[in-house]
Parts: sequence; structure tokens; C-alpha cells
Amino acid sequence: MSGFFSAFTEANLGYLMGGLGITVGVSIISVVLSLIFGSIIGIVFFEKIPYFSSFVGTINNIVRNLPLLLIIFFTYFALPQLGLHLPIFWATVVAMTVFQSAMLAEIVRGGLEAVDVGQFEGARANGLTNMQTMWHIVLPQAYKKMIPPIISQLISLVKDTSLASGIVLAELTYRGQIIYAQNTNFIVPVLVVMTLVYFLLNYGLSLIAKWFDHKLA
Amino acid sequence: MSLFEQNFSVFLQGFGHTLLASIFALVGSLILGTIFAIMQVTNSRTARSIGNIYVQVFRNIPLLIITLFFYLAVAKVIKMTGFTAGTIALTLYTSAFIAESVRAGILSIEAGQMEGARANGLTFGQAMRVIILPQAFKVAIPSLGNQFINLVKNSSILAFVGGLDLMYQGNIVAANSFDTFTTYIIIGLFYLVITLPLSYYIQHLEHKLKKNA
Repeated sequence: MSGFFSAFTEANLGYLMGGLGITVGVSIISVVLSLIFGSIIGIVFFEKIPYFSSFVGTINNIVRNLPLLLIIFFTYFALPQLGLHLPIFWATVVAMTVFQSAMLAEIVRGGLEAVDVGQFEGARANGLTNMQTMWHIVLPQAYKKMIPPIISQLISLVKDTSLASGIVLAELTYRGQIIYAQNTNFIVPVLVVMTLVYFLLNYGLSLIAKWFDHKLA
Repeated sequence: MSLFEQNFSVFLQGFGHTLLASIFALVGSLILGTIFAIMQVTNSRTARSIGNIYVQVFRNIPLLIITLFFYLAVAKVIKMTGFTAGTIALTLYTSAFIAESVRAGILSIEAGQMEGARANGLTFGQAMRVIILPQAFKVAIPSLGNQFINLVKNSSILAFVGGLDLMYQGNIVAANSFDTFTTYIIIGLFYLVITLPLSYYIQHLEHKLKKNA
């Protein structure tokens, strides 16, 4: 057992926790950005603008059906060929945001479709413009229903940040790999601790989702 | 285009491995997922908590960690290739999600179905197999289809452990040709060949189910 803990010197623990900080940082920035873009795309779907909506829908379907790992590699390794150089951190954020926006757009569309038509009609009949109706009446109701699925997207986002270790982003998984590269006896302890950290973070999030689910039901 | 022609056999080999890993993992995770789904709806408290813990653990940790665990730790005891390690990890990870889909399917079936079957002398196992599961799977098909799409996309995790899949071969071609852009576009198209038709078919099924409901 003492062998198990010898992997966790103060320096290694601090290093790992710094990685957790980057994991959480990437996740939060990406989820906020993808909520904004996902909402815009979701509204475009919902409004069924001729040609434009189905065009955006096709692009969205393509993004949703690609592996995130490919999108990450593409952002970091292929975009420089077009003259767009992103630092590792922001390449990860851009890749995550593109992928998650596509996922969230479907959730937003679903949430909007679940709002009663009478809400639109009533708001319009009371003299609100289309924009005002969306902003003040429909979106608040839709978002309330969307909180649990949005949190489950956040959980997959946190898990997916581990893929960025493939482009050497120094997040939790990558730092774990660095630590057990020093000593092969560290492999199992480090993997166990990483599992525990990810689990606690995501299980906590899933409990929050469940709480909202009960409260809103 | 010449990049595509020059490396066609490499891409095809990668495509084959991706398809193979996906199919192995699909069959494995359907079996495992169904077992864990049934465990979660039995009367036995032990079975329920084992099923619950399994699903919660595998749903909440990254696939990469599971893959590394098999590739670095388990492979030391039982010899296995990166392809095998990745496919096993993929199976375990996906089975947790499939368990959730199947469980939701089972719960959507009226309790009267089980009661009726039991009253007619079927054992719990028989009632599950003959009466409940066939109906539950029908309800769960769209969500199982989505899990399969995720599975195909997630199989790119094999690239981390030398699993010879599309993503892995793509990285090699990209490194050799220096034309990362074209290579990744080609790889993406290969993935879309599997996932895009599936996703449109599932959307079609969902519409049909909604109309019938």
C-alpha cells in the first residue's frame, strides 16, 4: 500500500491538480461558448428559414457525426495549413465548442419545440415582436426544461477534454501520463486516482442534473 | 486526390479496423448492457446496486482512462494488442450507456405485462426474454442507434494505443505526407460513410414513432 501512495509526492499531486484546473477551465469556457452558439443554431433550426435552416442543419449533422478526436486534431494540425495557428489551449476550446454547439443546437431545438404554441401566439397578440417573444417568453421556458440535458452535455465535455492529451494539452490525463512515465509502478495508482477525480466531478454534476429533473418534473 | 489514391490501401485497412472494433464492441456492449439493465430492474437489492454502480462508474469516467488502464495495466498480466485493449474498453464504456437505454425501454413497458406473464406461470427470466425485452428493444431502437453512432465515433480512441483504426492510420498518413488538411478531410469522410446514413435513418425512425404515439 505504501507503494501505491509513493506516486503521490507533494510535487506530483500539485502537478495533477494543476491539470484538473486546466480540465475544468477548458470545460467551463467551452460550455459557455457552445451554449451561445448552440442557442443561435438551435433558433435557426426552429425558425425554419427557407434554405438557410436546412443548410445549417446539414452542416450540423456532419459535425455531430464526426469523432471529436478528429475535430481536435484537425483544429490543431490542419488549420495551420490554412494559415490559422492556434495555441494548444485555444485549439482545444475551439474544437470542443464546434462539437458541443452542434450537440446543444439539437437540445435547444427540442426545448423550443416543447414550448406550447399558445405562448407564441399570446405574446404576439400582446404586441411583442418576434425577437421579444423569443427572448422574454419562449427562451426562459425552454431553458428551464433544457437544464438536465445541458448538464449531461457538460459531463461528456469534461470527459472529452481528456482527448486533448493527444495534442499535448497539459490537462489532467496528460499530466497523469507524465507522472507514470517516470516510473511504471505509478501506472495503476495514477490511473486509479484520475478515475476517482473524474468520477467525483462528473457524478457530482449528474446529481445536480437529477435534482433539477425532480424539481422541474 | 493523389494523396487518396496513394494511401488508399492504408485508409481501407484503417476503415476495416474501425468497422471491426465497432461491430465487436456493439455485440459485446449489447449483451453486457442488457445484463446490467436487467440487474437494475430485479427485486434483488445486491443485483440492483451492482448494476447501478457499474453504470454510474463507466458513464462518468473518460473512455481514454479505461483504454489506458487495459493497455498499460491489464495488458501486463494478460497479453493483448492495442486493438484488443481499445475494443474491450469501448465495449465496457458503451455497455453502461446501452444499459441506460435498455433500462428505460424496460421501464416504459407496463407493469401489467410482467404480472400477466408471471401469473401465467413464466419465470422471471422467461418473462423477461419472451415478453418484456422484445417490446423494450423496440422502444429503445432510436436511442440504441444513437449509442452505436457514438460507438463508431469513439472507436477513434484506438489511435491512442496503436489500434490500427482510421484515426491511427490517418495520423500516420498526415505525418508522412505533410498534407494534414486533406488527410483529415478524407478520414472524416470515411467516418461519415458509416455515421451519417445511420443518423438520418434514426431521425426517420423517431419521426415515425412520434407519429404513431
